[in-house]
Amino acid sequence: MDKFNRKSIVLLVGLALLLALPPITIAMEEAYFISLFSRIMIYALAAVSLDLILGYAGMASLGHGAFLGVGAYAVGILAFHVTEETAIPFLPGGWAGSINAVISWGSAIVVSSLFALVIGALSLRTSGVYFIMITLAFAQMLFFFFVSLTTYGGEDGINLDQRSQIPGLDLADDASFYYVCLALLLAFVYICYRIVNSRFGMVMRGCKQNETRMRALGYSTYRYKLICFVIAGAGAGLAGALIANQSEFVGPGLMHWTRSGEVMIMVILGGMGTIFGPIFGAVALLLMEEVLAAYTEHWMIILGPVLIFVVLFARRGIYGFLTGDGGRDG
Amino acid sequence: MVESILTVQNLVKSFGALRASDGISLDVLPGEIHALIGPNGAGKTTAVNQLSGEMQPDEGRILFEGQDITAFPVDKRARLGLARSYQITSIFPNFTALENVAMAVQSTQGHNFRFWENAKSDLSRTEPALEVLNRVGLSDLANTIAGGLAHGQQRQLELAMGLATRPKMLLLDEPMAGMGVEESRRMTDILLPLKGDLTILLVEHDMDVVFALADRITVLVLGKPIATDTPQNIRNNEHVRAAYLGDTS
Ligand SMILES: Nc1ncnc2c1ncn2[C@@H]1O[C@H](COP(=O)(O)OP(=O)(O)OP(=O)(O)O)[C@@H](O)[C@H]1O
Ligand SMILES: [Mg+2]
Repeated sequence: MDKFNRKSIVLLVGLALLLALPPITIAMEEAYFISLFSRIMIYALAAVSLDLILGYAGMASLGHGAFLGVGAYAVGILAFHVTEETAIPFLPGGWAGSINAVISWGSAIVVSSLFALVIGALSLRTSGVYFIMITLAFAQMLFFFFVSLTTYGGEDGINLDQRSQIPGLDLADDASFYYVCLALLLAFVYICYRIVNSRFGMVMRGCKQNETRMRALGYSTYRYKLICFVIAGAGAGLAGALIANQSEFVGPGLMHWTRSGEVMIMVILGGMGTIFGPIFGAVALLLMEEVLAAYTEHWMIILGPVLIFVVLFARRGIYGFLTGDGGRDG
Repeated sequence: MVESILTVQNLVKSFGALRASDGISLDVLPGEIHALIGPNGAGKTTAVNQLSGEMQPDEGRILFEGQDITAFPVDKRARLGLARSYQITSIFPNFTALENVAMAVQSTQGHNFRFWENAKSDLSRTEPALEVLNRVGLSDLANTIAGGLAHGQQRQLELAMGLATRPKMLLLDEPMAGMGVEESRRMTDILLPLKGDLTILLVEHDMDVVFALADRITVLVLGKPIATDTPQNIRNNEHVRAAYLGDTS
């Protein structure tokens, strides 16, 4: 069986399982899983967006949670003012928010892109361990900013009265919501897949392997990396908007560095630089958490060795293992 | 009098107490192969790094085609047509040989902010790349991962990348470093036909290569050029023989 076939089979089986999940779990009377898997799809979206910068451009951001949080807060704040029937104080025009999905999720994407533009513009002046530290620092700054922002609940965050609304769809229904998350994940994966194989994507891969050489060839690498960082930030922002809806709650915890770390673990576990891999990573990590946490609160003790094993022996993570693709960055 | 393509004026670069470039002035004429020779540690790489923009000089100016490029970053100089190779091989180890060169081709084409069409099947990238690979004798290895090529082949690949950007001038820092006699001769054969079309500043230790290729030679000793002349005159220059070539004949 050649590699291409094996890859297609892995992806098709994976897709079929995800599509069939709601009817199967409803039939098994384990509908709770639909909600869990919505969460998994959302984190998969965040992980795929991190893979774009980590796996393809070599930017190890440990602050990706910042965009998750910003996206969630965009949705949360817009919904908060609808509930309170008050104007948003920091925006002109006396806008009283929105619970329309197109508006609030769109806002989440725009706002998180802008944050990514600013954070990226500053962080990308550094590289290596400094880049890791500065992205981490930005996320932590936002974390403490929202903790102290009592207007929007501070540490306690914002409870949403309802999920966002899409005409003709009932997002309160877990299965509908799940399919929306899955569709957005697939759309984002497709976009990323096109990007990493485009001319722009080749520039990213070149930067990862040898940025000095890229510059000597005439590429102003900074600009390319910044654009890539913004696209990733937008993806994470959308994931944030969805996670706010999934849990009907928005809190600063999304921006805590441990959350960024979890997303990075999903990428590494699933397979860096594969686009599809992080989905497998998100499924594996969150299922593991779900199952193991039932037995012990120290479930990370088991995650640790698994991760070490993957890093040492499977450069392309679960995805590489399933597809038999040892992989290279080219 | 021919206008020089590259003019270097009184370049100074110090590392602490060491003046690695101690007032380098140099004129490179269009189409010539200009060799820069000198003993180990003479400051040849340091000079090239300042010309390519990887290092900022403490003093002095660099003019390329009459334009002051002293403050320009590396990528901008490259886009103006000043390409380079490195003494320590610098390629994309995980790309195929073809992709390595295609990256160089792509750089000159603009169109880098295309996010959608597949790049690897884009013939406007790969066809010119293949042509250049052919020129350096690597077309058979086009689909080999660059990191797996032999050292000499990687050196050839790096030269191909330099050529593929269609530069006006190429800075080659010891392109034959670590090569055997045979490979070194092949490299010379690749460079020789470029003479006249492409301006090259060639840093090289192998005197046979230098005398085979160079139109003019500048001898650098302790960061200072002590002579610039034709190969014939350099060979007969007493100061050079004393300082560098070793007065044997
Ligand atoms: N980044 C640096 N920091 C400190 N000293 C340096 C640095 N780069 C070079 N030097 C020193 O400057 C001097 C010139 O080095 P350079 O590499 O330019 O010599 P070179 O002529 O290229 O030598 P070689 O023939 O060995 O390549 C050497 O003494 C070297 O140790
Ligand atoms: Mg040197």
